[in-house]
Amino acid sequence: MRVLIITFALVVSIGSLHAQTAEKVKIEDLQKMVGRSSGKIQVLNFWATWCAPCIKELPLFEQINASRNDIEVSLVSIDLDLDPNPDKVYRFIDRKKLKSKVYILDERDPNTWIDKIDKSWSGAIPATLVVNLKNGKRKFVEKELKAGDLEEIINSVK
Amino acid sequence: MNTIKSFFAIALLVMITASAPVQSGYKVGDTAMDFKLKNYDGRMVSMADYRDAKGYIVIFNCNTCPYSKAYDSRIIALNKKYASKGFPVLTINPNDPDLSPGDSFDEMKKQAKRNKYDFPYLVDETQDVARAYGATNTPHVYVLDKVSNEKLKVVYIGAIDDNSRNAETVTKKYVEDAIGALMQSKNVPVTQTKAIGCTIKWRNS
Repeated sequence: MRVLIITFALVVSIGSLHAQTAEKVKIEDLQKMVGRSSGKIQVLNFWATWCAPCIKELPLFEQINASRNDIEVSLVSIDLDLDPNPDKVYRFIDRKKLKSKVYILDERDPNTWIDKIDKSWSGAIPATLVVNLKNGKRKFVEKELKAGDLEEIINSVK
Repeated sequence: MNTIKSFFAIALLVMITASAPVQSGYKVGDTAMDFKLKNYDGRMVSMADYRDAKGYIVIFNCNTCPYSKAYDSRIIALNKKYASKGFPVLTINPNDPDLSPGDSFDEMKKQAKRNKYDFPYLVDETQDVARAYGATNTPHVYVLDKVSNEKLKVVYIGAIDDNSRNAETVTKKYVEDAIGALMQSKNVPVTQTKAIGCTIKWRNS
């Protein structure tokens, strides 16, 4: 009985540790995400826990995600490229209380997949892809966004 | 009729110009410029200083990027392996220290001494060299073939290898393969690659 309680407690505590987890995805999943048709606008932001300019611009994405029903925000972490352990990402999501959907890109050899997001991307982050799923218009930017930039990009694909 | 024709010609030209991607910096095959930059030890360094060099491994790099840290020992190993064969490593830090205090000249000095760099670690204060080369992230490698004293030909642009996470599980050593090809007067097998990296911290951007 005692073992059972301890096990139960352990399971619950582990569960609560990862209250906000992030799904691992492949590049094909992201391509499907921006290739599907829907009435919405998909925003893909590439970031990592080690990237200071990425963390600085995150609130802009959180804001859009919270205020606009017509926009789906996906924050794609590329932390795994450098560190096989995703715990840092989970802890970051908890600490910052991120509400947008977070994905962890599970790919190796970036040279094989960077062009599949956008040919103009050098591979530096932050980088953001905005796709209007209604008309297929897309806009890719490789820089840190400042207040107002994201709205401007979203308007440009309308 | 002619007006319509010329209108379409102009419209076409505008379309072509507008759709052309912004190309800045070097492409493979271009001639690279030499530079004269301050090393961490205060010395001014140019590629021309290396009279006997057959080529150069120019790496835009910094103190602060986790990718630069992950590649630090591999960069040191590249110089150990190839400098004596005529292909020295020269590293250049283009980051604006106001935006990235960990990349100040003092911090560069500390890092170079701590990690016992036996190659230059230069400061690109005006960021002109990084801009001319078209570097975007760190580490970003340009392998140059010294065709003559006046001509440095860009033969490879990109990453050091295909595995940032772990040097032991690398399957493609892009830079080593490029230099190997140069040493045998063969064509470089892979001339351009992309990798995840930290964006260069440009002044006022």
